[in-house]
Amino acid sequence: MIEARQINKFFGEHHVLKDISCSFEKGKTNLIIGQSGSGKTVLMKCLVGLLEIDNGTVIYDGRNFTEMNFENRKTLRQELGMLFQGGALFDSMNVEENIMFPLNMFTKKTTEEKLDRVNFVLKRVNLDNVNYLMTSELSGGMRKRVAIARAISMNPQYLFCDEPNSGLDPQTSGVIDHLIQEITEEYGITTIVNTHDMNSVLSIGDSVVFIYNGELWWKGNKEEILHTANEELNAFVFGTELTSRLKK
Amino acid sequence: MLKVFVSIGRYVILMQRVFTRPQKASLFNHQLFNEFEHLGIESLGIVAFISVFMGAVVAIQTAYNIDSPLIPMSMVGFTVRQSVILEFSPTVISLILAGKVGSRIASEIGTMRVTEQIDALEIMGVNSANYLIFPKLIASILINPVLIVFSMWLGILGGWVAMIATGLVTTSDYISGIRIDFEGYTIFYALTKTLFFAYIISSISGFYGYETQGGALEVGQASTKAVVVSSILIILFNLVLTQLLLT
Repeated sequence: MIEARQINKFFGEHHVLKDISCSFEKGKTNLIIGQSGSGKTVLMKCLVGLLEIDNGTVIYDGRNFTEMNFENRKTLRQELGMLFQGGALFDSMNVEENIMFPLNMFTKKTTEEKLDRVNFVLKRVNLDNVNYLMTSELSGGMRKRVAIARAISMNPQYLFCDEPNSGLDPQTSGVIDHLIQEITEEYGITTIVNTHDMNSVLSIGDSVVFIYNGELWWKGNKEEILHTANEELNAFVFGTELTSRLKK
Repeated sequence: MLKVFVSIGRYVILMQRVFTRPQKASLFNHQLFNEFEHLGIESLGIVAFISVFMGAVVAIQTAYNIDSPLIPMSMVGFTVRQSVILEFSPTVISLILAGKVGSRIASEIGTMRVTEQIDALEIMGVNSANYLIFPKLIASILINPVLIVFSMWLGILGGWVAMIATGLVTTSDYISGIRIDFEGYTIFYALTKTLFFAYIISSISGFYGYETQGGALEVGQASTKAVVVSSILIILFNLVLTQLLLT
């Protein structure tokens, strides 16, 4: 479980995150939703330490991440996997080298064992015969799947996904969403997904937090979100032509 | 002015992260040999081209300016040797490398920054500053002296070719000029400068690349800044090192 306790983040005078407290449960797909600019990406970057919080605490299964030094954070980060918005695959490496990178860096496995692991995770994300493709040769959906494969190659305890559906068609988005959910349940990972895609919310949102203007505005799940009386959340959820028609 | 001090502070903090033990020796070695190729071998062509023409121009200009019959034509060889070894090869070639290698380092690391590849390294628990900058720094320090010695040899060769082609100085005069009062210390001086310049080029370019924020425009700006600041520092350190080593 990951706990965020009274997190505050400022960029100069701008108060981006305001006293955010929430927890993300193990084995569940935990969603952070909100409008663009609401602070959800900043919250995720604060949780993983890519941005330093100004005050508050982040706790990973009882371990205080905020108070850890650089070396301890490095060690804990080997338990994290992260899927970035653009995939963040290394341009200079092919698919196999990208997935093998963390294995090369942190394990003493033989080349054969590492290759087995690479092929296993590629199969897990439904990709075959892509080992020697360069990242520039991959489609958007394939890039996301390779990025997921790299993120899970080290058997992470915590998986962070920053807008995994951005730039994808609805069908491919669905495939990625279900893949994330399956992996979460199969390996008992604590997964946090940052999204503003309502399809994702309704299909995989075991637990949902809504961030509005840097504040935690609402907590619930995919069932509760459709029946809430919260005005701002309703404006967000039913903000598109399609969802507003469906509501009517 | 405050910005300069902030940048210096950030540079020092980054270098503290760069100068740590690589997390995996085998990966570091792999990176190092890649950088030898990218920063060294791929620069051979431009270094060779500039050196030959630089030596040729110095030789022609010197021969053209020797009017007095009291000055022997062997002075052409002497002047080419001194100019190339003391200044042209270590300083001018380093300035060229600041442009070629510096912009490459800054844009490569800058692109990795804006496409979140550096964040991906950090999330994995990799010391990204050490992983990305340290091999480039070590490769530059090891390969630049080789490039500069190569440049010296080609510069002197270029001068000789120009003299033979124009018929201004004979081969024997040119060679005897090259041999007049040769001091090995000048090579030591030139290579010492080269080591400092190699460090400046790779660390400054790495710093500007690593600190890039934004998108493609900012990567271009970081690359330009890296070249400008490296070039200015090379000129400044050239004066300081010359004062320290030659007086």
